[in-house]
Amino acid sequence: MTDQLQRLTEDEVRRVAKLCRIGLSDEEIERLRGEMTSLIAEVSVLQSINTIGIEPTGHAVEEVHSVMRDDTPRIALSVVDVLSNAPRREGDYFRVPAVMDNGEG
Amino acid sequence: MADQIHYQSVRQMSDALLAKDISVIELADAHFERIEQIDDRVGSYLAVTPERAREQATTAQASIDSGNVTPLTGVPMQLKDNLATRGIPTTCSSLMLENFVPPYDSTVTASLANTGAILLGKGNMDEFAMGSSTETSAYKLTRNPWDLSRVPGGSSGGPAAAVAGGLAPYSLGSDTGGSIRQPASFCGIVGLKPTYGLVSRFGLIAFASSLDQIGPLTRTVEDAALVMNAIAGPDTNDSTSILRPVIDYSIGLKDGVKGLRIGVVPEYFGEGIDPQVAQLTRKAIQQLEFLGAEVSEVSLPNSKAALAVYYILAPSECSANLARYDGVKFGFSTHDAPNMMAALEATREGGFGTEVKRRMMMGTYALSSGYYDAYYKKAQQVRTLIRREFDAAFEKVDVLITPTTPTTAFKLGEIQDPVVMHANDVCTVPANIAGIPGISIPCGAINGLPVGLQILGPHLSEATLLRTAYAYEQSTSWHAQHPTI
Repeated sequence: MTDQLQRLTEDEVRRVAKLCRIGLSDEEIERLRGEMTSLIAEVSVLQSINTIGIEPTGHAVEEVHSVMRDDTPRIALSVVDVLSNAPRREGDYFRVPAVMDNGEG
Repeated sequence: MADQIHYQSVRQMSDALLAKDISVIELADAHFERIEQIDDRVGSYLAVTPERAREQATTAQASIDSGNVTPLTGVPMQLKDNLATRGIPTTCSSLMLENFVPPYDSTVTASLANTGAILLGKGNMDEFAMGSSTETSAYKLTRNPWDLSRVPGGSSGGPAAAVAGGLAPYSLGSDTGGSIRQPASFCGIVGLKPTYGLVSRFGLIAFASSLDQIGPLTRTVEDAALVMNAIAGPDTNDSTSILRPVIDYSIGLKDGVKGLRIGVVPEYFGEGIDPQVAQLTRKAIQQLEFLGAEVSEVSLPNSKAALAVYYILAPSECSANLARYDGVKFGFSTHDAPNMMAALEATREGGFGTEVKRRMMMGTYALSSGYYDAYYKKAQQVRTLIRREFDAAFEKVDVLITPTTPTTAFKLGEIQDPVVMHANDVCTVPANIAGIPGISIPCGAINGLPVGLQILGPHLSEATLLRTAYAYEQSTSWHAQHPTI
């Protein structure tokens, strides 16, 4: 199967990394070109299965339905608890880097 | 007492507590001592929690003294480190969560605490539960108690090794594609993946939400039933919880298998399965036939496609779930990035390990524009076919019996190629894809390494699986064998 597939290009891997918001070294990108190509080959066996007119299944248990509760206020985590793991904070707020910088936001 | 107690069942430990042969704190301390003595060689715990155990022991002892107990009251246990424990670090074996201290308990953590269980510590695992050998943990290797040069399986490798090594009578793991059953098989213990939605996942750090399920790893089938009694049931904090009243899984456990219809699936005994594993599995099926079950062959031709379905769905869902690790609200964070985009990229580059990055990349690729229909949607359609095939099989038989894994435990470092590693999950992933329950129990050994037998049933058939497993277990002595460490 691998023989039939072109190795992913460096640009394709970089495009996915951007979508995924993961920084990768050149070495990792080179390695992923090969690994992702094999993994895509692994899953490509599905293309030979006829699924015309078959509904997709999100999850397979019919009894599972989204549980909705009444829209009434109840006790939730305190501000202290919520902020207790914040890497950076300012008062009762999470501190974040500039979002609009360099047109990259 | 302390010398022999490590390999007793939950039931036996509970009886010893009720008979006042041992106190709750003595039982917990006996485990902490053993952890101290041998866990540097096994590596099943990421952290031990003696202070929490001491607090819980006081309450549990009072319950025992007043006679207000369940079989889990005062009995120690371990939790896989992807289950949130309030005030106790929960790392998912990832640098991303190295300093994460959950401000709340998972529902299962709370359920066990409420019934008087004693927390010994947190079990090692593959990073974010992604792996089949526990080698992707950012912190340590876990070794198979039967052979310390071999893997315990994964991702619940710490829980399986702890239970097999007498370092905890039971542990809770999570199973997305076999992560309870495969390590249970490699370590010669019992591992149950319940029906999707039966056990609340509130406070389970998410991997692949349409597949993840929490379940017990134990040394006996009865213990698995006792733990299920404490953790199964609806939860308003989990939107995917099945709204059914709780049942007692120990009722009917001993009713035997007379007339039970067992299906043997030829697709699970073919290429890639070690012939000795296949042979031991067939021998176990004969044993169940001898005990009164009726055996017939059932074909599931789409089984082969299950692995490919899994390796599209799980990475896709993980890439969505792990988007939350942004270095802002909790977890690893870089401090010197000039803007949000750079901060995200640097945080996720530094916080995630190789396997997690690879899966997120694959998942993002499969979900990206132009590929969605060819991969994600296609996988969901084949999922429908696999589910229908199981539905049809369960009209003819009550349970299906297969090997749990193609081979026995492999050596640490032996498998480097991810595609080869994935082949380990070939017998276990179909259950997650169809949402059905599966249990692995020991059915023999090859060169001193345990072999597991998998029993699958329709949705919510846990009681039948446990009854079948119990009948087999009680007619063999595999569960009474323990490694020497």
